[in-house]
Amino acid sequence: MQRILVLLPILVVLILGGFFVWGLNPDRDPNAIPSALISKPVPAFDLAPIDGVDVPGLASGDLAGGEPVLVNVFASWCVPCRAEHKVLTRLATQEGFPLFGINYKDKPEDAKAWLEELGNPYLRIGSDESGRAGLDWGISGVPESFLVDATGTVVWRYVGPIATEQAQDDLRQALAAARERAGT
Amino acid sequence: MIPELGQFALALALALALVQSLVPMAGAARGNLLWMRSAQSTALGQLLFVGFGFGALMWAFVVSDFTVRNVAENSNSLKPMIFKVAATWGSHEGSLLLWTLILTLFGAGVAVFGSNIPHALRARTLSVQAWISVGFLSFMLFTSNPFERILPPPLDGNDLNPLLQDIGLAIHPPLLYVGYVGFSIVFSFAVAALIEGRVDAAWARWVRPWTLAAWMSLTAGIALGSWWAYYELGWGGWWFWDPVENVSFMPWLLGTALLHSAIVTEKRGAFKSWTILLAILTFSLSLLGTFIVRSGLLTSVHAFAVDPERGVYILGLLGVSIGGSLTLYAVRAPAMEGGGLFAPVSREGGLLINNLLLAVATGTVLFGTLYPLFLEAVTGDKISVGPPFYNASFVPIMLPLVFVMGLGPLLTWKRADLKGVLQRLWLALALAALAALVIWYLVTGGPALAVLAFGLGIWLFVATAQDWAARIKLFRAPLSESLRRARNLPRASHGMSLAHLGLAVCIFGFVGSSAWKEDVIVFAEPGTRVQVAGYDLEFQGVEQVPGPNYTASRGTLAVSRDGEFLQYLYPERRNYPVARSQTTESAIRHTLGGDLYASMAEPAAATAGNAWTLRVLFEPLVNFIWLGSFMLVLGGALSLSDRRLRVGAPRRARAPEMAQPAE
Repeated sequence: MQRILVLLPILVVLILGGFFVWGLNPDRDPNAIPSALISKPVPAFDLAPIDGVDVPGLASGDLAGGEPVLVNVFASWCVPCRAEHKVLTRLATQEGFPLFGINYKDKPEDAKAWLEELGNPYLRIGSDESGRAGLDWGISGVPESFLVDATGTVVWRYVGPIATEQAQDDLRQALAAARERAGT
Repeated sequence: MIPELGQFALALALALALVQSLVPMAGAARGNLLWMRSAQSTALGQLLFVGFGFGALMWAFVVSDFTVRNVAENSNSLKPMIFKVAATWGSHEGSLLLWTLILTLFGAGVAVFGSNIPHALRARTLSVQAWISVGFLSFMLFTSNPFERILPPPLDGNDLNPLLQDIGLAIHPPLLYVGYVGFSIVFSFAVAALIEGRVDAAWARWVRPWTLAAWMSLTAGIALGSWWAYYELGWGGWWFWDPVENVSFMPWLLGTALLHSAIVTEKRGAFKSWTILLAILTFSLSLLGTFIVRSGLLTSVHAFAVDPERGVYILGLLGVSIGGSLTLYAVRAPAMEGGGLFAPVSREGGLLINNLLLAVATGTVLFGTLYPLFLEAVTGDKISVGPPFYNASFVPIMLPLVFVMGLGPLLTWKRADLKGVLQRLWLALALAALAALVIWYLVTGGPALAVLAFGLGIWLFVATAQDWAARIKLFRAPLSESLRRARNLPRASHGMSLAHLGLAVCIFGFVGSSAWKEDVIVFAEPGTRVQVAGYDLEFQGVEQVPGPNYTASRGTLAVSRDGEFLQYLYPERRNYPVARSQTTESAIRHTLGGDLYASMAEPAAATAGNAWTLRVLFEPLVNFIWLGSFMLVLGGALSLSDRRLRVGAPRRARAPEMAQPAE
């Protein structure tokens, strides 16, 4: 009995060691937050435009248009969105990022006032007043952004405002890769 | 030139370590005294060369030699001198050098002070210590050379992470490492004893001072780290169950168990194989900590630059040292004869419960720390384990421990009279119950666990104080008689009482600051008023203040209570342009009853105007944590200064009136 008992520690260590060897796999990033959506098609949704804003609404069908697009979830009540808005506007106007928006849990008049104050870089905006589409996308907060490739598959996700250089570089890289795959 | 000399010194240290890992071991096997004694010179030589290497790196930091990559990446010419010095151990390479320095320091310590240890055991212990040195010196020289040069050198350095530019954190790593790495010598003693095949009371007596020294430093290091997190991070907490905190806490828990089980081995010759196992596992957990912190295996707020190659190397080291020692243990342990018998209710029984609970608590923390890895490996899901898990598992394990701690010192060896002990402690029981009831009445709706924990804290405090008072016959004999008894009581006994009281004091702080804290977050503009725990605070605005290598936005808060002005608090948000990062400097009003704690973050967006995010907390009793930790360390120091443990001191005949030495 004691002979078996004294082997126990080494057994536990061997099992732990196995997990550690697995954990050292260089492709593994323990800090990455996985998205349930990555490499899956976008969820089915159909959102009407915001009243009084002159861009069309957004539906699943618009996201498989043969060109990668960035879908940004924003709201007028969200403070970091203001910071992110400048960056997105610059990316959309100067670097030609196709930018779609989902206006999450927002009153149309507030959203309209917000876009009039800051400008509207979005080509399409779906009004998700009920938050139903946000739920389907599985967002964890606002703002959040998804890069959707030419076939309507989510290839990249960013939680929080795309404001730092690092985040912008990540986005550029992901977009370049998606464009390459789409052959455009 | 000096960095090259430093590197050369490290290479020489490696060569010496190689010699030391073979010659004394062989000498002990063949009974060659000369070979055995060579370990003492090589151990000192190792310390000298690694110390030189460390000095060379520090010199490179002090003169800001940016041709050394490590300096360029972690220092800056504008940095205050003390942080230039502290940056020596701020990076992965530098802290590894510190690790190795402490490893050789403990080896040299045994070489110099271990004159009462038999030659063979000392030689073997130093050889095992040298094996660890070989592992870490080669790791450093081959994968993490601290003296690597860069060409062309940059004009100025990148600066050390500003969060680390703090006096608390400048001294936290050395203390923590002395503790962490200090357990290496205990490990070496254990492996040497296994190789020798003999563990006896004398072995336990030689090991205890080293364990105690390491344990004290680790206690101080952990307390300091937690204090740093408390006032520097601005999150208003002192422990976050972050993986990196946990890996320093696990050796502490198991080291505490080891400290107590070694007493049983020393006094009663029992628990031998268990003590050996604890010695091995405690250092294994230190190694595991080094591995987890430096391999990027788990996600954590603390991290070094991560490199998978390094992770593989340390895992290899881990495999050899832990696997090897445990295999040796599996072979040798069954042959160890059991010690004296004892009844379930006895000092031994109490220490057994202590050990079981501490080991289970360590296992719980280990499981919680590694669970995200297990789960990811098995199912692919990513989760993090946070305070709720530990509150629900770790805390309930510790509570019975606190109860037994109150009883334990009153139990006698072999067989104790539980009824008699409880009768002697009726006052402690009554006070604890009363305190719990009063708290329950005052804070109805609060967590029941907190009330229970606080009551147990009172129990431990009163029971320990009562035990100490009984030993010196305080109030039962004339004061002069009590003083004489206090002088004659072994210092280890005073140390135990002080440390146990310290833990009780810590418990008050733990419970008070986590269960009854008040927390307010507001967007503050000049004129904004906040009320917390009876204090009124008025935010008076923010001004820019320049610092040596940062600029600070300093807020002003006027604190008053019942309309009476008390003081100003100045929380700061510091911006370090070179390192491109920011730190929070919280402002704290310390009182014994609790801390009023204010921190702030910049306006959420440029358009938000002057509205800063202001966080004000009241943390009741939080200072008791640091006070209690200090008592724990002081208790350890008292115990270490005991004649019987003092390394190298001539042994004195035991005075007859010391009827019951205990610690």
